[in-house]
Amino acid sequence: MKWHVLRPLWVAIAIVGSILVARVFLVPDDFGINGRNFTYGFHRLSNIQEWKDFQVKYRGREYCVDCHEEKVQSLNASPHQPVECENCHGAAVNHPDDPAMLPIERSREHCLRCHAQLNYPHSARDQVPGINNRMHMRRRECADCHNPHNPAETQQ
Amino acid sequence: MTCSRRSFLKDAVGGTLVSSLPLSAFVFLTTEEAEAAIAEAKVRWAFLVDTTTCTGCGLCVKACKTENEIPYDAPVTRTWVERYVVTKDGQTHIDSPLGGRDGFIDDKIRDEEIDPDDIDKAFFVPKLCNQCDNPACVQVCPVGATYQTHDGVVLIDRNWCIGCGYCIMACPYGVRFFHPTAKVADKCNFCYHRISKGMQPACVECCSFGARRIANLEDPDDPVTKIIRTERVAVLKDEYGTKPHVFYIGLDEAVR
Repeated sequence: MKWHVLRPLWVAIAIVGSILVARVFLVPDDFGINGRNFTYGFHRLSNIQEWKDFQVKYRGREYCVDCHEEKVQSLNASPHQPVECENCHGAAVNHPDDPAMLPIERSREHCLRCHAQLNYPHSARDQVPGINNRMHMRRRECADCHNPHNPAETQQ
Repeated sequence: MTCSRRSFLKDAVGGTLVSSLPLSAFVFLTTEEAEAAIAEAKVRWAFLVDTTTCTGCGLCVKACKTENEIPYDAPVTRTWVERYVVTKDGQTHIDSPLGGRDGFIDDKIRDEEIDPDDIDKAFFVPKLCNQCDNPACVQVCPVGATYQTHDGVVLIDRNWCIGCGYCIMACPYGVRFFHPTAKVADKCNFCYHRISKGMQPACVECCSFGARRIANLEDPDDPVTKIIRTERVAVLKDEYGTKPHVFYIGLDEAVR
């Protein structure tokens, strides 16, 4: 064959070769199907561990009870028992080291998430004791009268 | 040299068998490795949503955004809660402002007041990634940045994702989105960092009504697995053949 016909072939081979060489350096060693299939399991194996190492922020009441035993006990004895501490106090993360103080959500809007009466018959909201937001103590915060740790007790 | 037909056939079959044996067949596992491999295979995460107890407080969405570092005010979220109001004229009103992050504290839907007497039924439906057995989002990924783990959870490799967005379009459930700060595709992974430590996903932990629960389908003693196996549960968009693994109790026809 003539030289001018072969020349583009050498160029193509060089391009493919350089891609193959670059691939050796760029693709991590643990990239592959790792015992699974190409359709669903083509991945970098160490990424699974990276996701497992993601920081946990919500620690649960088992974490709170170590220091705030009294508060957790009183909450557990109240109708608010199913409500997690961190729902109102924010994620503990590494409290008390970081953050040293946790915010306390006292806003009316926060209580209304569950306790706003919606005129929806047969909805789950109907099962929760609720108020009419437009009628009930418009300008007050709920926590002024109701104790969030024990909503059964109410002061006027 | 003589070669009988019999010996030729014997050698040919034997040689083929030996050459087809992969080298990996000779890997010997220690007892610990074998036990770990068996234990790993004994997990298939699934999720159970009870739409009959969800009150639409949105605390799951708030918890999810905090736990998974999704920008709080960005209009994207890994899980969200939809409100459905079915009226007597056959219409279905659906909304999910900010994914239900701030809960539903008003009767109005999209600024529309609906007369309570016109309402047939109203309910809340939490949604999240279905961790499908046949995930369409994984099939379309051109670079292998998203994949299914051995325990059924679909993960996204943030170092490998090029942000092309194919998976966002491929997901029939619309659970994927473009992460505004990580600049990659993102979605719910059942809080993989929590479930792999024996904890519950953040949304499950923060649900006061037991509307969200996580299950290991490979464990027959798991109480949630028992519910999925023995009670009437449904999945979303079964007709797509994706085999979703988020099961719903009380799923209404109106839910899309």
